[in-house]
Amino acid sequence: MADLFFYILAAVALGGGLGVVLSRNPLGSLLFMVTTLAATAGIFVLLEAHFIAAIQIMVYAGAIMVLFLFVIMLLNLGHDYRQDFTLGVGMVSSFAVVGLLAGLIARQFRGADQALLYDLFPGPEGMDALLAERGAVGAIAYPLFEDYVIAFELTGILLLVALIGALAIAKRKV
Amino acid sequence: MLVEALILSAILFGIGTVGVLVRRNAIIMFLCVELMLNAVNLSFVAFARYLGIEGQLYVFFVMTVAAAEAAVGLAIIIAIFRHYETVNVDRFNLLKW
Repeated sequence: MADLFFYILAAVALGGGLGVVLSRNPLGSLLFMVTTLAATAGIFVLLEAHFIAAIQIMVYAGAIMVLFLFVIMLLNLGHDYRQDFTLGVGMVSSFAVVGLLAGLIARQFRGADQALLYDLFPGPEGMDALLAERGAVGAIAYPLFEDYVIAFELTGILLLVALIGALAIAKRKV
Repeated sequence: MLVEALILSAILFGIGTVGVLVRRNAIIMFLCVELMLNAVNLSFVAFARYLGIEGQLYVFFVMTVAAAEAAVGLAIIIAIFRHYETVNVDRFNLLKW
């Protein structure tokens, strides 16, 4: 059952991703992007990351995409139907070749003793036990405020800097 | 479900990369970068299911940085639009030789 849901959500996410690239109207791209984000949030739920799924919907599909929507409508780009595709054949094919090489190199490093490596990690059963003990939010909150508290505070400073920077750039008379 | 999620993540990342390379509208290129970030988030969450909760923590940080990046990037796009009256990146050739 979960596999069926996964494949449905994966198909929706892939269709949305293709729509982002192929849509001629920026507004259409944006709405396809919201579809992709929502489908990915569904996959997060299937992977037992409920808190991340909720954040994905509220912050990503809600706040960040609405910010994009504001800018598209503020600059009046919604009816910009001109084709703006470039035939970046060289760039796309070089990306494909590099990706293929990276995949082939990664195959070489598939060690025979990976079972030994996996013994160090909890695995799905350990994760289920952790989630049952602390809940979806607590499982993230404990390491966030204990081991990663410095990174958390630095993230707050980063947001403040981004806020001031965005205001300073957007308000300046060019 | 780990392998399927990683394959989906790789395909979404590839779609996002092709979008950045093929489209010339600055806002759509920005959206494609967000798509790539989202694909990486997906693989982080898929690994977090098997290797521990830290993967979900990194997704939390990636989302914060993505929000900051979107705010600053859209401010830059607004400033550029005021100057050039377009968001087509082929027109911004001041730094090209």
